[in-house]
Amino acid sequence: MIVLRIPNGWSVRFHPRALAVGAGAALLAVVLSVFAIGSGDYPMSSADVLRTLAGRGSPAEDFIIGELRLPRLVTALLVGAALALAGTVFQSLVRNPLGSPDVLGFTQGAATGALVVVVVGGSSAALAGAALAGGLATGLLIYAIAWREGVHGYRLVLVGIGVAAILTGVNGYLLTRAPLMQAARAVLWLTGSLDGRGWVNAMPLLIAMAVLVPVLLACGPAVRMIEMGDDTANALGVRVERLRLVLLGAAVLLVSLAAAAAGPVSFVALTAPHVAKRLTRTPGPNLLPSMCVGALLLVAADFAAQRAFTAHQLPVGVVTGALGGAYLVWLLATERKAGRI
Amino acid sequence: MQPGTPRISGSGMRLAYERRIIAEELTVAIPDRSFTVIIGPNACGKSTLLRALSRMLKPTAGAVLLDGEDIHTLPARKVARTLGLLPQSSIAPDGISVAELVARGRYPHQGLLRQWSRDDERVVEESMAATGVADLADRPVDELSGGQRQRVWIAMALAQQTPLLMLDEPTTYLDIAHQIEILDLCAHLHEEQGRTLVVVLHDLNHAARYATHLIAMREGRVMAAGNPRDIVTADLVEQVFGLPCRVIDDPESGTPMVIPAARRRADATPSTAAMELA
Repeated sequence: MIVLRIPNGWSVRFHPRALAVGAGAALLAVVLSVFAIGSGDYPMSSADVLRTLAGRGSPAEDFIIGELRLPRLVTALLVGAALALAGTVFQSLVRNPLGSPDVLGFTQGAATGALVVVVVGGSSAALAGAALAGGLATGLLIYAIAWREGVHGYRLVLVGIGVAAILTGVNGYLLTRAPLMQAARAVLWLTGSLDGRGWVNAMPLLIAMAVLVPVLLACGPAVRMIEMGDDTANALGVRVERLRLVLLGAAVLLVSLAAAAAGPVSFVALTAPHVAKRLTRTPGPNLLPSMCVGALLLVAADFAAQRAFTAHQLPVGVVTGALGGAYLVWLLATERKAGRI
Repeated sequence: MQPGTPRISGSGMRLAYERRIIAEELTVAIPDRSFTVIIGPNACGKSTLLRALSRMLKPTAGAVLLDGEDIHTLPARKVARTLGLLPQSSIAPDGISVAELVARGRYPHQGLLRQWSRDDERVVEESMAATGVADLADRPVDELSGGQRQRVWIAMALAQQTPLLMLDEPTTYLDIAHQIEILDLCAHLHEEQGRTLVVVLHDLNHAARYATHLIAMREGRVMAAGNPRDIVTADLVEQVFGLPCRVIDDPESGTPMVIPAARRRADATPSTAAMELA
């Protein structure tokens, strides 16, 4: 642990390992981004990519990067970071390493919203808006059902799993009602894909994160207290119920906006916090390192989805699902061996 | 150090979990600088009373006053600098070290730009020294024995630097040697550091030996309160626990010691055994 102090009494404390992991993941994500932007049907060298990003590219390069490849990449970075941050917050909130928005029904809620638009018909913007509304409505519903003189982590998990199951059924029903062409579009959306994402997809998430990330980081120390139990956190002066509402609201917003931008990309919210925790070996909700790891994960997964099979591209959700699922199995197996579950 | 006027008290409290009422019209006062122990049979409301006094549970009627003000109107952090609580169950985050866990007790004294002052550092070291866990500072909490872990949690509560400290059954699940070790530690904190302690205990003899002020509860009511030497009698124990017994002087400490009545015959029901004794 490193402490920086200045004479007026201010002090900042951080774990060097957590800082190294965050910086390392962020750096890797940037390097990979440059590489990913350069690859494709019109290959460009990293030097050309950097030159174009600096505003000194040819008109053709400007168009390819500025309008096609960069928005997709920025969406990937933001969605990865948002999902990882939301996942970290959920896991601390319910004190359960499996407490991710995929498990608790928020992702399914966003999908329900999107599917309603698919059935009724509507633009991409309407679909994104409906996904956001669906996620938020599910958040409210789960909070309302789980609230009994305060919301306890355990009850939130149980109610969330129940709501997730119901919504999965509703989503299945909606899919059967959709016209065939629309159903195909819906399935692609449900898998999670970054194909054809433009600035219009990235901007809402970017704005939300500019507000929510500082809020969540400011809550960080209090979140650390909540990990020790509600009573202990209360005794230490944390307003547990109010904090839980803020965290839940911010996390649901992040997940819903991420789903609106790229569809319900699976497993990033679950795995990124675990990977970050294993790498940092630091207790507490490693918010920043998780965010960087999440962004790196999604950019890497999207790169693999586009380039792994030369014949055709995969939706990114297929890759995160396969990688995340394998990681989860490995995690459960090692945790079991260690006697923790 | 004479027990003085109360800094914390509850008056006319109705305590309830949702619709289940645990206590009505409950009034208690914790004498300042006392080592107060709350005892009573299972489900008598002793932990509920502690939760109310430590603002974990808001009374549906009546009020808890801390230094003359309603505890629920005071800012949470301010209360946390005056009143500490060690709940029955706390969760040690995965892989956390002893020093890091104890450091978390400094939370109410910190801010976004005051994350780790020299005071914080000093208090954490002192708290670990006072509880005898300084040698374990870098060990992961998961690897410690039950007795060591309880001392680490007490160290965390101490790091909060509160003049009032409440502990909910701190000796549960510990063997007799570690129970006494924890109680000796509490007595030390009370006598040497002048803290006011409020502790819920199960063992009547431990309570009578260590408490300077005893609160005996049954079914949500206070049956007696005062110095154990004055209030612990065979009648009170019978009244509170329904246990026929004798009370003698503890040969070690001279405090009251409860000896349960001997040998009920296998064919005798508890009530006939009580009658025979009478």
